[in-house]
Amino acid sequence: MDKIPRVLITEKAKEVIDTLKNRFSSELMFHQSGGCCDGSSPMCFEKGDFKVGSQDIWLGEVYGCDFFMSADQFEYWKHTQLTLDITPGRGSSFSIEIPMGIRFIIRSKLFTMEELENLSPIKTGEEVLDES
Amino acid sequence: MTTLTLSKSKPVDRPSVKAKYDHFIGGKWVAPSSGEYFDNISPIDGKPFTKAARGNKEDVDKAIDAAHEAFKTWSKTSPAERSRVLNKIADIIEENLEMLARLETVDNGKALRETRAADLPLCVDHFRYFAGVIRADESSISEHDEHTVSIALHEPLGVVAQIIPWNFPLLMATWKIAPALAAGCCTVVKPAEQTPTSIMVLMELIADVVPPGVINVVTGFGAEAGKPLATSKKVAKVAFTGETTTGRLIMQYASENLIPVTMELGGKSPNIFMKSVADADDAFFDKAVEGAVMFALNQGEVCTCPSRILVHEDIYDKFMERVIERTKAIKMGHPLAEDTMMGAQASNDQYEKILSYLDIGKQEGAVALCGGESAGLNSGLETGYYIKPTIFKGNNKMRVFQEEIFGPVTCVTTFKTTEEAIAIANDTMYGLGAGLWSRDAHELYQVPRAIQAGRVWVNCYHAYPAHAPFGGYKKSGFGRENHLMMLNHYRQTKNMLISYSKEKLGFF
Repeated sequence: MDKIPRVLITEKAKEVIDTLKNRFSSELMFHQSGGCCDGSSPMCFEKGDFKVGSQDIWLGEVYGCDFFMSADQFEYWKHTQLTLDITPGRGSSFSIEIPMGIRFIIRSKLFTMEELENLSPIKTGEEVLDES
Repeated sequence: MTTLTLSKSKPVDRPSVKAKYDHFIGGKWVAPSSGEYFDNISPIDGKPFTKAARGNKEDVDKAIDAAHEAFKTWSKTSPAERSRVLNKIADIIEENLEMLARLETVDNGKALRETRAADLPLCVDHFRYFAGVIRADESSISEHDEHTVSIALHEPLGVVAQIIPWNFPLLMATWKIAPALAAGCCTVVKPAEQTPTSIMVLMELIADVVPPGVINVVTGFGAEAGKPLATSKKVAKVAFTGETTTGRLIMQYASENLIPVTMELGGKSPNIFMKSVADADDAFFDKAVEGAVMFALNQGEVCTCPSRILVHEDIYDKFMERVIERTKAIKMGHPLAEDTMMGAQASNDQYEKILSYLDIGKQEGAVALCGGESAGLNSGLETGYYIKPTIFKGNNKMRVFQEEIFGPVTCVTTFKTTEEAIAIANDTMYGLGAGLWSRDAHELYQVPRAIQAGRVWVNCYHAYPAHAPFGGYKKSGFGRENHLMMLNHYRQTKNMLISYSKEKLGFF
């Protein structure tokens, strides 16, 4: 049985990722931010621009992009499946899609008991770096 | 569907603005090198009301150069002169308070009664505070022995970068600019993308009283203007208010340049109501009820929003009945209407994010005691970003109890003992604010000491006076704003170790 992914993505978000990859000629990554102002939102960077480490959790790859969040935050998020979507809006922060007048956004749903037993494995940011 | 209390007043007039605003660099208005501008959308109706310059590295470098030029003289200006300039800025804000309050409301979406009563008067006072403390500030001197004296003298860091959030655009800029200028630094300010206008209008007003280059403001997007500012090797310090990922990114950049940073990041502040609160149904009980409803201040867009209500289980029914009643009485409506109590969320993406939290809260089994949906206002506000003040009942492990929603949403849970209240209060990644309400003299001291947060309001909430240090524990950041101790976040210490002895050591 296939493992259940922790992060899904909408078609619209895929289109934005394609546009950004072209514009920056680079692979991309996401780091889910914690609180304040523009927080609790996924931040999109050129791959490697944001330094991850042992205190980050890799939730998986979404449309070719590594998706991370800090380990303590993951403790409160791990029972939910995330969907990476976009919404029109003028966010701030250093996320690279913002000049396009749109913002990546996370929508969440609870995993079922069945799904919880069959989730895709996680790694730390450090392990991901060691492998690459 | 809960009922909604609506404002019935006619909105006051909007202040006039220019069609577009350039950068403010070296005391002059400088067009963006790209020639591009971006729309500034008012959250009131979701429509553009002016344009801001789309800054890039070239613009940022120009601003940093102008600041360095100004630093040559500003750093040597007497405290009396720096104080005079800060007082002058305060006077000008005071003289233009009504216009700036209205503009801030148009830019940010918050209710006019808040910009009139809080944002702008606090700007005035915080400039005056730093104008005052710099006059009384002293370096230190110590005599190590009869021939040796150590002088620890303050020197300004240099040119600093200050990245400002959108929730209190002018006030957060003031919190950063006032101590930096008082300390003798020159600054390059990057306001938030959502609220780039009010600070530019302030610059128009104060351009003649601030020496050119002492304050420079570059607007633009984080990735295009914020990043070159935060990575510049010509900047001596970065001060940031915002969220954790960008905070880490800025610290990462700062590590490459080995420069200091101050960070004011998120919160998930507990507001604790002890059993004695309900000992009488009196003025204090009423004050405590208001204290719980403070989550709706500024539409909940405050890092210290009291977004977790912890209430003793014995008084839950009596207390929460009143809190819900008071929350339902919050008047929503046009932010420029004088009786509107809660306005619009600052941008569409914030609005969407808050709705996504209302959704996950319900999925996790939290019960909406009131609100729980968008406000659906009409009469020209259909396209604005309005959400009903919401109270969820649930437990502290739910995501709505752990994540900063940055909207008019609070979550209530109960506790049985003081120990349990403290444990729940501290079960969070953050430690910025907290509230403790009690009639018990022992609890009033002991409980705040046990809470891991930089600011604990005791029998009050959401007061931000100058001369009360404000900053975070844990993942809420570091640095203490609003207090003279912030001066030292913008200064070096020069130690002169002086020997007055004529005798050699005799070593060589």
